[in-house]
Amino acid sequence: MAKKKFVVGCFDDEAVLFPAVKKVRTAGYKIHDVYTPFPVHGLDHAMGLRETSLHTAGFIYGITGTTTALSGISWVLTYDWPLNYGGKPHFALPAWIPITFELTVLFAAVGMVLTFCYLCQMAPFVKKHHFHPRATDDLFVMVIECTDKTNTADLEAFLSNNGAMEVKTEIAEDGWWFGRYDKDELPFEQKTVVA
Amino acid sequence: MASIKEQFEIPAKMKTWSLALIALGALSLIAGFITKGSGSEEEKAVFIGTIMYNTVFWTMICNAAMFFICATTLAMGGFQQSFRRVPEAISTLVPIFGSITLVVLLYVVFSGNHHIYHWLDTKAVENDEILKGKAGFLNVKFFTVWTILTIGLWSLLGWRMRKLNSEADEAAMDNEQGASFIWRNTVSAALFIVWFALTVGSTVPWLWIMSIDAHWYSTMFSWYNFASTFVSGMALIALWVIYLKNKGYLEYTNQEHLHDIGKFIFAFSIFWTYLWFSQYMLIWYSNQPEETIYFKHRVQGPYKGIFFLNLIINFVCPLLILMKRSAKRNYTLMTFMAVLIIFGHWIDFYQEFIGSISKEHVTLGWLDFGILSFFVGLMIFFVSKALASKPLVPKYHPFLKESIIHHT
Repeated sequence: MAKKKFVVGCFDDEAVLFPAVKKVRTAGYKIHDVYTPFPVHGLDHAMGLRETSLHTAGFIYGITGTTTALSGISWVLTYDWPLNYGGKPHFALPAWIPITFELTVLFAAVGMVLTFCYLCQMAPFVKKHHFHPRATDDLFVMVIECTDKTNTADLEAFLSNNGAMEVKTEIAEDGWWFGRYDKDELPFEQKTVVA
Repeated sequence: MASIKEQFEIPAKMKTWSLALIALGALSLIAGFITKGSGSEEEKAVFIGTIMYNTVFWTMICNAAMFFICATTLAMGGFQQSFRRVPEAISTLVPIFGSITLVVLLYVVFSGNHHIYHWLDTKAVENDEILKGKAGFLNVKFFTVWTILTIGLWSLLGWRMRKLNSEADEAAMDNEQGASFIWRNTVSAALFIVWFALTVGSTVPWLWIMSIDAHWYSTMFSWYNFASTFVSGMALIALWVIYLKNKGYLEYTNQEHLHDIGKFIFAFSIFWTYLWFSQYMLIWYSNQPEETIYFKHRVQGPYKGIFFLNLIINFVCPLLILMKRSAKRNYTLMTFMAVLIIFGHWIDFYQEFIGSISKEHVTLGWLDFGILSFFVGLMIFFVSKALASKPLVPKYHPFLKESIIHHT
């Protein structure tokens, strides 16, 4: 993973955040991400994120579940070990529908949870850099990725002018790494002693 | 508030079309009466049965529109306010179609037509242990009283809801007035829902439809019919909303609202299938002759095609086509699906009624479509009239803003 330079702007109001996101985008800066304490409706549109493919993945997992159930049960009950259940035909489709339905749901649910964790880079012991500890509390934190041509002082001023109550520039790890929060330094720890 | 087109004006073309459809329907009614109404007992029964399932179907889907309003009112829903005059207008048809239903059903019962309702045959009932046991429910007196009560209270309670909502046209409400308005709406809606549960949710489909197979019973049958009519009711609402949008009305209604209507159609199509399958699988599994008799000529007999077509139109199509978010927000696709679903559930009602009246022959033909056009014509005529009689948006409704900024 690579270390990169980021400019971080903190907002305390959605109503200020939305126009700021739009202005930052029209100014041509690349938004790394916006961290919010709760899901904000329409922020994905404002940030220009593409629609998630999670539902397509879910559909594929569901179909996989359906085929697994139907092919598994029909192979067992008509070919491998046919049994007579209450005089029903060996290929007793209606009796298999509940199991098929359940496997569809199970595959879709488990598959989507795992895919979601993968897409969000979440797993036990996976750590990511926290740009601002209050992003989990009451601040909307916009993080802008810098290139080598970005003038950070200009960008910081730009953010402040658009309502950011706190701005800073930091060099941080872009991706994830293995670690443990209880062993490693905590993101909200004071690193410098305030005199 | 920017100025909006509040008042619907009925286009002359629409009026002509609806009258033409009614005329076509009346013509086929007369032709049907001449060719089938004087034929054998079975032909006569099929002729009356054809009128019966059409009128019951249309009464129940119009009533489902009022159910939609009441259910969303009880849930403190806001999103439906910007287009709620559409289901309201559809529900004004309940008294009209209801009286047709009442006349037809009472005619069948009082003329003792035991080719349709076998339990009307007093001699057969005397020698039949099962029918004797059901005589407390399946008798002329109870049928008459319950049918009159059902249709009367549907109309009355629906009228109350519509009248109450007219207050939202008159003057702006302050907080207290708004709260009292919502409270009175809640009470009215609750009354309707209770009566709806006692009728559509349980007794009425048993009485009107299931009793054609007098010996057969399924406790799931009423829910199945509720799901059927609710899905078609939502599809009808979707069609009118899309029509009005196309004509430039309902400025506050947009894709977000259509998306929610689409979700209702999608979800209740699945719910319908769930009930369809639950009813089918239990009977298939236990395999008892008095229960399987209902499915014998439907699954293995002449109705096989219609029976499975029903499942494809009402389950497979909505499942695969309406699953995607973009499909529910697409006006063209939603129009297509709404028409398809109304047709599918109409076919469902066809096989419920005629599949039991005429077990040997599938009679689907010009008469069915003729009578269908009669009801479609009446529906267009009266719904457009009801839409034109009131502003299209309840502009002082306390929840209207919630509907305008609705976002899914």
